[in-house]
Amino acid sequence: MSKKPEFVIEDLHAGIEGRPILRGVNLRVNVGEVHALMGPNGSGKSTLANIILGHPAYEVTRGRILFKGQDILELGADERAHLGLFLAFQYPVEIPGVTVAKFLKRALESRIAGGGNGEKLSVPKFIKELKESMKLMGLDEQFVNRYLNEGFSGGEKKRMEIVQMLMLKPEFAILDETDSGLDIDALKIVAQGVNRMRGPNFGALIITHYQRILNYIQPDKVHIMYEGRIVASGGPELSEELEKYGYENIREKFGIETQVSA
Amino acid sequence: MKDKAITLPDIDLGTSPDKYKYGFRQPERSVFKAKKGLNREVVMQISDHKNEPDWMRRFRLKALEIFYQKPMPNWGPDLSALNFDDIYYYIKPVEKQGRSWEEVPEEIKDTFDKLGIPEAERKFLAGVGAQYDSEVVYHNIREELKKKGVIFVDPETAVQEYPDLVREYFGTIVPPADNKFAALNSAVWSGGSFIYVPPGVQVDIPLQAYFRINARNMGQFERTLIIADEGSFVHYVEGCTAPIYTTDSLHSAVVEIIAKKGARVRYTTIQNWSGNVYNLVTKRAVAHEEATVEWVDGNIGSKITMKYPAVYLLGRKAHGEILSVAFAGKGQIQDTGGKVVHVADDTSSLITSKSISKDGGQASYRGLLKVYPHLKNIKSHVVCDALIMDEASRTDTYPYIEIESDDVSIEHEARVSKISEEQVFYLMSRGLSESEAAMMIVNGFIEPLVKQLPMEYAVELNRLIELEMEGSVG
Ligand SMILES: Nc1ncnc2c1ncn2[C@@H]1O[C@H](COP(=O)(O)OP(=O)(O)O)[C@@H](O)[C@H]1O
Ligand SMILES: [Mg+2]
Repeated sequence: MSKKPEFVIEDLHAGIEGRPILRGVNLRVNVGEVHALMGPNGSGKSTLANIILGHPAYEVTRGRILFKGQDILELGADERAHLGLFLAFQYPVEIPGVTVAKFLKRALESRIAGGGNGEKLSVPKFIKELKESMKLMGLDEQFVNRYLNEGFSGGEKKRMEIVQMLMLKPEFAILDETDSGLDIDALKIVAQGVNRMRGPNFGALIITHYQRILNYIQPDKVHIMYEGRIVASGGPELSEELEKYGYENIREKFGIETQVSA
Repeated sequence: MKDKAITLPDIDLGTSPDKYKYGFRQPERSVFKAKKGLNREVVMQISDHKNEPDWMRRFRLKALEIFYQKPMPNWGPDLSALNFDDIYYYIKPVEKQGRSWEEVPEEIKDTFDKLGIPEAERKFLAGVGAQYDSEVVYHNIREELKKKGVIFVDPETAVQEYPDLVREYFGTIVPPADNKFAALNSAVWSGGSFIYVPPGVQVDIPLQAYFRINARNMGQFERTLIIADEGSFVHYVEGCTAPIYTTDSLHSAVVEIIAKKGARVRYTTIQNWSGNVYNLVTKRAVAHEEATVEWVDGNIGSKITMKYPAVYLLGRKAHGEILSVAFAGKGQIQDTGGKVVHVADDTSSLITSKSISKDGGQASYRGLLKVYPHLKNIKSHVVCDALIMDEASRTDTYPYIEIESDDVSIEHEARVSKISEEQVFYLMSRGLSESEAAMMIVNGFIEPLVKQLPMEYAVELNRLIELEMEGSVG
């Protein structure tokens, strides 16, 4: 059994309250690769992201998700996090009364305890890294004492998601429209955060609507999702093509039945 | 002036997620126990044992008559299972607390460790009398208080040594006829605190019972009286937050506070009762001109708690604040809230109530806001937040508002929230377990209250609530 952080989805069908949303998703992200997942609104991208982390509202009816060679579908969200998965949420929720510092410290302690290699959290190191990550994401240091996401602007929430990623050091991260609503400077900053993580032991799935962010994070592959399936996969040129033709033409261009294998 | 003990460190890292387990009782060490049940004889015995002057004995006996006459409250939680005949009304504590810290059972020390209770308080709680007297720190505190003219003794001592002060104020803020339980307490009171702060004196550390030389363990019918003279400041922290186990099932205290012109009094309580206790407490304060009174009240455990700290704003520009948090777990009813009565112009008040109900617990907010006629520039703000952890639990709000003036600005907000699946998922996706996630959300919910507490109490309140969340107490 491979311990490498490769990430594989096989024939995933899922829905909510009996209504299907994902209708057979296949995806493979090799160790160290960054892929982009594009697709129109409502095509199922966030649903896929939530299911990967184990959101309890969705029901998986068929298929498997493999991470490090292990089927993770039976694991709780916390266990998936301990395994090295991370989701930067499209809409991060507010947790009133819980400071960023307190939350991240607890999250890191859980991650360390869940990782089970007997390490202990060093508080001075934690504070130093937290300050560095905040600085890198262009967030004022004072944010560590603010309540998590409460009263944050849209852009601040997105940056805070990346701060969390930098702190938790996942092996596979999903960024769900982290670029939406960011101006070009913020976008560059966020991209910098992702690029800092890149390396042989880090993979990512960048969910986005626009090609824009892919100018700063070069994807190894691009996939297009449509009505709950990945209908096309290719190199970076695919996103440019998509930008040119628009989502309206996906159907004619690729045909709904087409499934270019990754 | 700034209250040093309340400042939090730069980065608040919260408490560690360790798990705790406890459950101990104080071994019985009493030398005298009155018979079960209540009658004149028992009341006279109590008075005799305390060597009281005649006026206090008469006060008690009169209160007993009132207790017999007063009906049970005809509102609020059902108290019909409370049997007044099945209760000991007086247990005289041991005279000399000669036990040493070494003799205290390991598991009790352990519990104190886990709760993070300060050393001196541990000894007090464990009934170790002789040692803390010699503790340099507390000795210095007592010297300091004495130099400033602050009186801080138990009410028995006050009756003997400061009879004029006691006679002037005792029972004037909460008269025995106020309600059945105030009458009961007035008849059988024992223990508590008596504090007098002279004009202009600022007591800059929170006063806690374990600073006292002749401290007694908290009783069932404590009586506390605080008189803050003009322009003075005092913060009193009541009792302890360790689990309080009593064999008897009734706790009925009375607290009276007088804040004179320009004085400020803050009174903090965090109580954690075992699940068999009826906790029925009357707390009331008067604030004169430009005075401020703040009640901070945390209620955890008990079978039924009824407690509505009150502030009467008697003088111009007086200000009252009530901050209350209640946790109702399985089989528990927390009926709490606050009362503010505006009697003078330019007075203002703030009531903040936070309740959590879980595993079928019931948490109610019951509040009264009253404004007398013909007053000018009255401001009041009431916020009640309730967090419901599951389908079986419930929360109710009973805000009574009686306004007889026109120049009044009142804001009333009430929110009920269920713990949200999205919040739990978000936290779990970062590695927290489901129960840790729920705990963190609850901690965040009560954070506005916790922030107001001295550090060690803040830590403790969080831990007690963690225990309640695990359902391992009671
Ligand atoms: N929790 C949910 N409850 C009901 N419908 C949902 C839920 N989550 C997703 N859906 C539905 O599934 C479809 C895909 O949504 P989503 O995954 O958010 O798309 P995308 O992220 O690609 O815009 C939409 O029709 C959406 O309404
Ligand atoms: Mg989406």
